Amino acid sequence: MAKNNKGSFLQGLLVPIVVIALWEGASRAGWINPQILPSPWAVLKKWVEYATPLKPYEPEAGSWLAWAFSGELIMDAIGSLYRVVAGFLIGAGLALPLGLLMGSSQRIYGLMNLTVQVIRPIPPIAYIPLAILWFGLGNPPALFLISLGAFFPVLMNTIAGVRQVDSIYLRAARNLGASQSTLFLRVMLPAAVPYILSGVRIGIGTAFIVVIVAEMIAVSNGLGFRIMEAREYFWSDKIIAGMITIGLLGLAIDLGMSRLNNYMLRWHRGLEN
Amino acid sequence: MNQTNASPRIRIQNVHKVFKTDDREVVALKDIHFDIPDGQFVCLLGPSGCGKSTLLNAIAGFALPSSGQILTGDKVVTEPGPDRGMVFQEYALFPWMTVEQNVAFGLEIKGTPKSEIHQRVTQLLDKLGLIDFRTRFPKDLSGGMRQRVAIARVLALDSPIMLMDEPFGALDALTRRNLQDELLRIWDEFRKTIVFVTHSIEEAIYLADRIVVMTYRPGTVKRDMLVNLPRLRDPADPEFNALKRELGQLVMEEQQRHHNAEMKAAAVD
Repeated sequence: MAKNNKGSFLQGLLVPIVVIALWEGASRAGWINPQILPSPWAVLKKWVEYATPLKPYEPEAGSWLAWAFSGELIMDAIGSLYRVVAGFLIGAGLALPLGLLMGSSQRIYGLMNLTVQVIRPIPPIAYIPLAILWFGLGNPPALFLISLGAFFPVLMNTIAGVRQVDSIYLRAARNLGASQSTLFLRVMLPAAVPYILSGVRIGIGTAFIVVIVAEMIAVSNGLGFRIMEAREYFWSDKIIAGMITIGLLGLAIDLGMSRLNNYMLRWHRGLEN
Repeated sequence: MNQTNASPRIRIQNVHKVFKTDDREVVALKDIHFDIPDGQFVCLLGPSGCGKSTLLNAIAGFALPSSGQILTGDKVVTEPGPDRGMVFQEYALFPWMTVEQNVAFGLEIKGTPKSEIHQRVTQLLDKLGLIDFRTRFPKDLSGGMRQRVAIARVLALDSPIMLMDEPFGALDALTRRNLQDELLRIWDEFRKTIVFVTHSIEEAIYLADRIVVMTYRPGTVKRDMLVNLPRLRDPADPEFNALKRELGQLVMEEQQRHHNAEMKAAAVD
């Protein structure tokens, strides 16, 4: 299995390597204006520079670890990641209980569904003007937008997850004497976990998209902000370095989610069930 | 054919059950009236559509009678409860719980102390040959093993009544016989009152003290008989076979009525 993973990982590297090689070749041949598209090598140099601490290490100023993480790139990545996680937790934290209620109670569903269906198609980006009006600049409007982005995928999947719970489990639990709250917490919730987790995955993805946009507009650090800042100075190498960092962070988050998925669904046998 | 007993465990009194769909009514149960004494092993036998599962569900409290009532002891059945543990054909184990957690669930609901749960579950798993599987999830078990867990889950409740809805219907013949013997052993040891739904005549004769044959719609009691063969019963035994012929005739008649009704319905459509 491990060998297989390694094989497919190496296979996956093939396309990026070819693309980068062609790109580097075209840059060196002088076919591309470096102002518009810098060479991969230039991007890599910028990326390293961007990640390196600005000042040399001074032991009296603080710990070595703090210094090592003081590079602009690292600080930006931490800033963005913090917003994604905090925003996601707010959004999912509100969506999960509402989804459980809407999925299990026809009354609450009837009450809320129209409202949800009207608000859901509005992209979080469209809230930017209001978000700034309501929350000013800085983290609050960003967190608002990100939690909005994470809210709906988690909500919709939680509703679907609760609704698809096989009634045989409910019958079995009632037969064992389960109260309404036990039924809810020990049967419906775990039975809905496969759906909820896929909602969480989509929600994190959306949060990641929204964080970049929010940073371009409302805050003065983070990867999204840095890309916009670089644009002002025509630093296209820094723009691309920032973009690649976003891609790698997204990949890391998705790998982590997939691990969590596998652990939490170790009882699940897939579609058959 | 009323059984005379000091205190019947289950009393089924004038039970009717009508299912209404948009354009018609189906009388699933009609005039069902009999008592089940404590400790009896009763099989409800009949073709599909005869209401045997409907009657079992009524005893379990999942679908109450349209009229009439069912009593367990002196309590009227109004909802499902752990005093009437049910074993389902589809096992209905909770897939996110391990074998051990499944068996312990009913006791947890009851609020039994942890140490006692552990002790009791271990004892039951041991008895049913499941002890090596205690940390496995249901998906890793065979059908026969899953049904053992489902039986252990009901036994853990320590309820006087065990309801079984074609529990071995999905198993292969060998596993099935194996579990039938296991069930007889359990019944003997725990002295449960068992109501067992099946459409297999041989299974009913092999297991039951008493067989209640039901008619196709409306579901009524066609024949209520005691099986007086000594256990373990031998399906090759002549008496066993005589009984099998007799019951086969009864079930066949109802099967035929079921068939005719379906042909008629198809002709109307």
